[in-house]
Amino acid sequence: MPVQALKPGYTGEVKDRVELFHGNQLIYIGWDQHNMICAPLALPLPPAMPFGDLIDKVLPTTAYAAHPDWPKIDWGKVQWLHSSEPFKPDPKKSLADNGLGHKSLIRFRTPGLTGINGSFS
Amino acid sequence: MSNATTPAPKKLSLKEKYAQMTRGLGWETTYQPMDKVYPQTTFEGIKIHDWDKWEDPFRLTMDAYWKYQAEKERKLYAIIDAFQQNNGHLNVSDGSYVNTLKLFLTGISPEEYSAHRMFAMLGRNFAGVGPQIAAQMQSIDELRHAQTQVHTISQFNKYFNGMHDFRHMHDRVWYLSVPKSYFEDAMTAGPFEGIVAISFSFEYVLTNLIFMPFMSAAAYNGDMATVTFGFSAQSDEARHMTLGIECIKFLLEQDPANVPIVQRYIDKWFWRGYRLLTLVSMMLDYMVPKKIMSWKEAWNTYFVQNGGSLFNDLERYGIRMPKYWEETVTAADRLSSEAWNTFYNYAAAANFNSWCPSDENMDWMSQKYPETFDKYYRPRFEHYRELEKKGQRWYNTTLPMLCQVCQIPLVFSEPDDPTQTCYRESSYHGMKYHTCSNGCRDIFDFEPEKYVQAWLPVHQIYQGNCFNPGTDPTVEGFNPLAAVLEYYHFGPGDNMDYHGSPDEANWLKWKGLVPRTEEPKTDEPKAA
Repeated sequence: MPVQALKPGYTGEVKDRVELFHGNQLIYIGWDQHNMICAPLALPLPPAMPFGDLIDKVLPTTAYAAHPDWPKIDWGKVQWLHSSEPFKPDPKKSLADNGLGHKSLIRFRTPGLTGINGSFS
Repeated sequence: MSNATTPAPKKLSLKEKYAQMTRGLGWETTYQPMDKVYPQTTFEGIKIHDWDKWEDPFRLTMDAYWKYQAEKERKLYAIIDAFQQNNGHLNVSDGSYVNTLKLFLTGISPEEYSAHRMFAMLGRNFAGVGPQIAAQMQSIDELRHAQTQVHTISQFNKYFNGMHDFRHMHDRVWYLSVPKSYFEDAMTAGPFEGIVAISFSFEYVLTNLIFMPFMSAAAYNGDMATVTFGFSAQSDEARHMTLGIECIKFLLEQDPANVPIVQRYIDKWFWRGYRLLTLVSMMLDYMVPKKIMSWKEAWNTYFVQNGGSLFNDLERYGIRMPKYWEETVTAADRLSSEAWNTFYNYAAAANFNSWCPSDENMDWMSQKYPETFDKYYRPRFEHYRELEKKGQRWYNTTLPMLCQVCQIPLVFSEPDDPTQTCYRESSYHGMKYHTCSNGCRDIFDFEPEKYVQAWLPVHQIYQGNCFNPGTDPTVEGFNPLAAVLEYYHFGPGDNMDYHGSPDEANWLKWKGLVPRTEEPKTDEPKAA
């Protein structure tokens, strides 16, 4: 029973269908244990964009760039998660070819960086 | 026409009058079968065998109701007049206090109106006269609360920013979708879920956590107008709470099959209500200049102790504590700091001002939250303050990921780890849906077809639905954040940091005080 409704067979409009995002898809991205940025970010991105551009071109324009740990990140050592599973993105391949679809959640971990004064902020 | 020979009509006793003016108003329909007249009473699976078993705890009839309410109105408006004539807004503890009223007027008063609409629907949809009358009276109460709050707070609106267009903001502003969606969820449920949601889970279990902190804080911070509307609503609240407990007992006593359904409603609406109270936690711990009690103390008193004994009483019906209540106790050490950091981040997009807590506030937090404040949150605020000293007050201008159910950004931590954001993921018809907690995930998973329809502000902005008509997002130099703020009807001073704000400048001028030496810059932030 996917909904408790007066009318049998009731369905609702899916508000966040990918075709409503003007050619983009939503990607959510979270930086683990860096909670000064209060929540993971939601970004509308073209599915054909190379994953490397996300790191080099998109993320530097986001709130993450304001974090004091940002300049210290060694991107070669970053650990990625897709949903909650370990994930090894290929920077040359597109988001879609890396298996990232509409509303995919990716997270990155930066071992050795523990936030503002070690507070995980 | 009367004459001396006709005896005066017999006056009804109170009991007869009550019977005539409540139960006596109902009838069994004959042109249409009762289940067609009241079509909403069966689809939730709740079984009612005898509507007359509903007890009206107050035995209030409509004529008496109007008389009592009119008397209360007269007193309230006399006090509001006096408050206005004496410039009562100047007697509050600090200009920053008014931000709690902005939160109240935009986040709570419109929900009084939503409750008015919902109870009007319940009054129509219940098949028994007892609950029909009780719901109608509550519907009128809720309308009155919305009105008295708007009228009382209007005095502050003359002197402070952020309160104009509160109704317009309610349907658009990102964080106001949290209370809005909460009530719309209840309103679009069946009548039994609706009444358990609002009358029991909210009014009976959680309402003390809104009215007590707001009204005590108002009194302690010199805001006598707000205290007065609080008192004027209080006798109504007592009636609403009694309706809440009565409706639970009625549903549970009518049929044993109702118990698991009611338990599910309690689990869901406890969690949704708790998420809504996130706003109250930061009000208590960060926003009121003169503190009354911490969020953790309030939660322990009003939920853990009082709620605990309530659920002990309900155990005989087979009802247990709401699912995941233990997580709320663990999170009490973190909730307000997670919430206030959110509004510090997104101060550019809120209709009230936020600020970095003072030394005094931080020391108070260290004392109230010895396990968490110094370890996780103080370093963050000290970092913000350093930036402010350099004139670089930081604003987060990248839009956040929202929970599909409560619509709050994913700012909450894992139940067993204060350092790690809590993520939960579900899938429905091939699409991913994200929630902030076990509680919200369970709510989504039970009724995905309902929550796929959520109007999530961040997604709506990206779809291009949150700009004024005629806005062209393709022109060069288009600033989406500025366009969204126009759509929200935010003007200068409604948002950004309190320090350096027009509200602060006015307050200092009126009170003959000097400004702080270090003021953060309040330049418009650039959208990411």
